[in-house]
Amino acid sequence: MPDFLLYALLAGLSLALVAGPLGSFVVWRRMAYFGDTLSHSALLGIALGILLDINLTVAVTAGCILLAVLLVALQHRQWLASDTLLGILAHSTLSLGLVVLALTDGIRIDLMAYLFGDLLAIGVADLYWMLGGLGIVMTLLGLLWRRLLSVTVHEELARVEGLPVTAIRLALMLLIAIVIAVAMKIVGVLLITSLLIIPPAAAQRHARTPEQMAIGASLLGCLAVLGGLYMSWNLDTPAGPSIVVCAAGFFMLAMSIPRRA
Amino acid sequence: MNEPLLDLERISLRLHGSSVLDQVSLRVMPGEIVTLIGPNGAGKTSLVRIVLGLLKSDSGKVWKQPRLRVGYMPQKLHIDATLPLTVDRFLMLSPGVKRAAVLEALVEVGADHLLKRPLQQVSGGELQRILLARALLRKPHLLVLDEPVQGVDVNGQIELYQLITRLRDRYGCGVLMVSHDLHLVMATTNTVVCLNRHVCCSGHPEQVSLDPAFVALFGEQASALAVYNHHHDHAHDLHGEVVDTPEGHQHGPNCNHA
Repeated sequence: MPDFLLYALLAGLSLALVAGPLGSFVVWRRMAYFGDTLSHSALLGIALGILLDINLTVAVTAGCILLAVLLVALQHRQWLASDTLLGILAHSTLSLGLVVLALTDGIRIDLMAYLFGDLLAIGVADLYWMLGGLGIVMTLLGLLWRRLLSVTVHEELARVEGLPVTAIRLALMLLIAIVIAVAMKIVGVLLITSLLIIPPAAAQRHARTPEQMAIGASLLGCLAVLGGLYMSWNLDTPAGPSIVVCAAGFFMLAMSIPRRA
Repeated sequence: MNEPLLDLERISLRLHGSSVLDQVSLRVMPGEIVTLIGPNGAGKTSLVRIVLGLLKSDSGKVWKQPRLRVGYMPQKLHIDATLPLTVDRFLMLSPGVKRAAVLEALVEVGADHLLKRPLQQVSGGELQRILLARALLRKPHLLVLDEPVQGVDVNGQIELYQLITRLRDRYGCGVLMVSHDLHLVMATTNTVVCLNRHVCCSGHPEQVSLDPAFVALFGEQASALAVYNHHHDHAHDLHGEVVDTPEGHQHGPNCNHA
């Protein structure tokens, strides 16, 4: 197996493993649009990273975290409905990113790679960044699992029972921000949320516990990565979209299998 | 025994520029059931949220017994349909709870047959019992129940109130609960606080049901419990604001007393 394919496999599979449990929270807490907004803003992070000449993964992670904090602050003020606010931020940060990139002299970047991912171009350095980031996210998810679940089920009850609800919510947003920054290389800013949502949505119908749903989503995500890369290798299709197409296929399959009684 | 679990002194709260609570004082003793009643928008839930520490009052003092464990039963529980959660898993979310304790709490509220049922598939009355079990898991000194009988039919309501009384007897905990309906809680509560942003009247349920302030606030609904001869020191306008009435009670369309 050529090196680049091995790197692509490792990166894709580790992302799918983390996206299962994290994406389950995105589905349960109805944060799909939040994830979309963060990922759109990632392009602005790229543009600023190039402009300031810093490591792009770091730039994107920092950008996503900043936007997550800004969103929480703005939502707290309640000037506008959440979805309106998210829509404004998603598209203005995406556009601003494109404009800044266009204004940056002398640098030509492959925009398509950032929008739709370029899994097969991942190098060793990229892979280490990814494994490091995803490892941190997975560890924190494991440690916070029960508390995250409690806050998701009923925030006030969790608060009365002594949980630091605001900190836990913020932690979840930061975890999502990190995963989005990492996943951008793999499926691109426009497709990241699909990996967070589609596998959990497919696993949900046949799960009886939150953990079954999370693990099922991880497995389906891994299968989608394998299927997508296989498709890409044999049919010469773009890797990121191929993975998403496979995930959507599994979703359809899960919907057509009757639920256990 | 003589020290209250909870003592609120002259609590005031303004939300979005309008007064929600005005100089409300309240105290709950160990083993005592205190029921907050009042019309919609009277500030009952806000007061409960202040007790729970979910909301900060603008002025006034909240005193709680040191290391007071509070069991809270929220008004409703909405769980996204995509979250597969069985009743036992829901109860296990309470911090530091063992499986045996979960079953025990469910038996206590008469809902042990629901142990493995998905939370989205229980009825309104069953859900109230499950929420009560979650509150009990805290081994509370004080139970705070926000409309514990919401969405339950009348027979179920009476049963739930009886259950709450039994639990109080058994654990000796104080209970602070919100209710709409004085009739049903009469038999099970020690103290009624009639709230309409300020404390209209408070005391034993019989006493409150006869209080002119209560009658004026609840009008026709409460008139079955009202007696005929009383004096009023204030009246309420349509918004529930206190209106000064030098000559006593102003008779409204809902009054059927002389």
